Amino acid sequence: MTTPPSSSPPPLRSSGEQLVGDPDRHVAGLFEYVLGLADDALVSAQRTGWWISRAPQLEEDVALANIGLDQLGQARALLAHAGAVEGAGRTEDDLAYLRDEREFRNVWLVERQQRDFGVAMARLLVLSAWQAELYAALARSTDPALAAVAGKAVKEVAYHLDHAGHWVLRLGDGTEESHRRMQAAVDAEWPYVEELFTPVDPTLVASGVAVDPAALRPAVLHAVGSVVRRATLTVPEVAPARGGGRQGLHTEELGYLLAEMQHLHRSHPGATW
Amino acid sequence: MFFEELLADDGRVEPRDEMPDAYRRLLVRQIAQHAHSEIIGMQPEGNWISRAPSLRRKAILMAKVQDEAGHGLYLYAAAETLGVDREDLLDQLHTGRQKYSSIFNYPTLTWADVGAIGWLVDGAAIVNQVPLCRCSYGPYGRAMVRVCKEESFHQRQGFEILHTLSHGTPAQQAMAQDAVDRYWWPALMMFGPPDADSPHSAQSMAWGIKRFSNDELRQRFIDMTVPQSEALGLSLPDPDLRWNEERGHYDSGAIDFTELTEVVSGRGPCNAQRMAHRVKAHEDGAWVREAASAYAAKQAAREGAA
Ligand SMILES: [Fe+2]
Ligand SMILES: [Fe+2]
Repeated sequence: MTTPPSSSPPPLRSSGEQLVGDPDRHVAGLFEYVLGLADDALVSAQRTGWWISRAPQLEEDVALANIGLDQLGQARALLAHAGAVEGAGRTEDDLAYLRDEREFRNVWLVERQQRDFGVAMARLLVLSAWQAELYAALARSTDPALAAVAGKAVKEVAYHLDHAGHWVLRLGDGTEESHRRMQAAVDAEWPYVEELFTPVDPTLVASGVAVDPAALRPAVLHAVGSVVRRATLTVPEVAPARGGGRQGLHTEELGYLLAEMQHLHRSHPGATW
Repeated sequence: MFFEELLADDGRVEPRDEMPDAYRRLLVRQIAQHAHSEIIGMQPEGNWISRAPSLRRKAILMAKVQDEAGHGLYLYAAAETLGVDREDLLDQLHTGRQKYSSIFNYPTLTWADVGAIGWLVDGAAIVNQVPLCRCSYGPYGRAMVRVCKEESFHQRQGFEILHTLSHGTPAQQAMAQDAVDRYWWPALMMFGPPDADSPHSAQSMAWGIKRFSNDELRQRFIDMTVPQSEALGLSLPDPDLRWNEERGHYDSGAIDFTELTEVVSGRGPCNAQRMAHRVKAHEDGAWVREAASAYAAKQAAREGAA
C-alpha cells in the first residue's frame, strides 16, 4: 500500500502577491541578504578550518573538516548567487577576498576565535540549529537560486546539528570538568544568539524571497534549549551582545581573520590560482 | 597454513594467522610510523588552509588534509589488528619513541609549497606505497589500496597548483620554482638511506613487506618526475640530472644523506614545532576524550538499569 503524497508545504508567499517597491532597492536588499548568509557560512568555515590537525581525536579532525567543507560549499554557492544578483560581475573570490571588514555582513556569533572545543561545539549547536530552520524555510523561497542552495544545505546542517548536539550531551553529562567547561562555553556563546534574529528587509519577506528571522526564533531556541537541558546544563540568562554584523559593524576579531584569509590573494592582484 | 608456506605462495597473512613475533614487531613499527606520518603530514598543509588564495583551492586543500586524517585512521586500524592500540601508538609518537616521515619536518613557507608537497611528496608516497598494496600482511595491503587511490588525486592536484603558478605571473613562477628547489632533495630522501646502509630492508623483503629496494624506488620516482617537471616548465635543482640511454634511466647527482640523518635525529627545521603542535592538540583534547568515555559509561549503566 502506498501512502498518499503529503501535500507540499506552501510557498513563502501566495502566488498572487506583487514584488513590493522599486527593482533597484529590491536588488540591493537581496544582495545584502544573500551576502549575510554567505558571510556567516564563509567566516564559520574559516574558524572551523583551524581545528583540522588540532581536534581532540582523529575522527573529529575528519568530522570537523567535513563540516568546514560543507560551510565553505554553502558560502561559495551563496557568494556566487550574491554576485549574480548584484550584476556587477563580481565572482565568489572577488566577494570573499576583496571586501573589507565593514563590507562583511556575518553575525558576531561566527567571527570570534573558538579554540576551546566546548566553545566550538556550543557555537556549532546554535549556528546549525539556526541554519536548519532557516534553510528549511528558504528551500521554499521564491528566489529559485536561493531555494536550490538552501535545499542542499538543509541536509548538511542537519548533520552539523546532530554532531554538535551529541558533543554537547557528552561534554555536559560527561565528567565534572567537562560539565563545568561546557556550561562555560554555552554561557560564552549565548549573548550572540539574539543577533541571528535581526530583522531583514520586509519587502524581501513580503515577496517570499527571504524568511523573517523572528519567525524562526521559537524553533531555534527550542532546539538549542532542549539539547542544553538534556546535557544537564542550564540555559543562561544573559543580556545579548551589541551585534551589528548585518550592518557591517563587527568585533575587532574579524579584521584579523580577514587579514589572514585575504593576504595572499590581495598580494597578487589579478593573478589566477 | 604455515607462515612460511603462505609467504612462499604469495598468500596474505591475516590477523588470526600464526606469525613470527619479529614479523609482527616489524609490521607494527612500520604501520605505526606510516600512520604517524599521515597525521603529522596534516600540519604543513593545514598551515595554508586559512590562507588559500581562492575558495576553490581552499576547499580542495581542506579535503586533502581531511584525507590524510582518514589515512591515519585506516592505518591505526590496520596496526590494531596486530594487537596494539592507537592510544599506545600515539603515546610512542608523542614521547619520540616512534618516528614519522622526515619530510614533514620541512616548513611550508609559501602557497607554492602546497603544490610542491602534492606533486613531489604525495608523488613519492605513491611510488613507495603502490608495491605495499601487495604487502604480505592483508590489512596493511588493503589499507594501502584505499590510500593510494587518494594519494594519486593529491598528486594531480599538487601538479595542477604548480602548473597554474608556473604559467602565471613572474612572482607566481618564482614562487613555484623556489618551492620545487626546496622540496626536491627532501622528497628524494623519503625513500630512505641508500641500499648499502639500509639495515632492515633484507628481512622486510624476505617477508614480503617490502618489494623493491630504496634505491630502486627512488630511481622509479626520478624517472617518473623529470618529464613532469618539463611539462610544468620548472627545473629540478640537480645539475647532474640527465637521461642515460644505456641504463634506460635518469642519472642524478649524489644525495647529501647527512641532511637526512640530521632531520631524522630531530634537528630538522620543524621537528620541535610539529611535535609540540601534535602533543598540544592531544593534551588539549584530553578532557573531551575523558568526557566521551565517562558519558558512554553512564549511558551503558542507564541501559543496563533500564
Ligand atoms: Fe596520505
Ligand atoms: Fe596525500
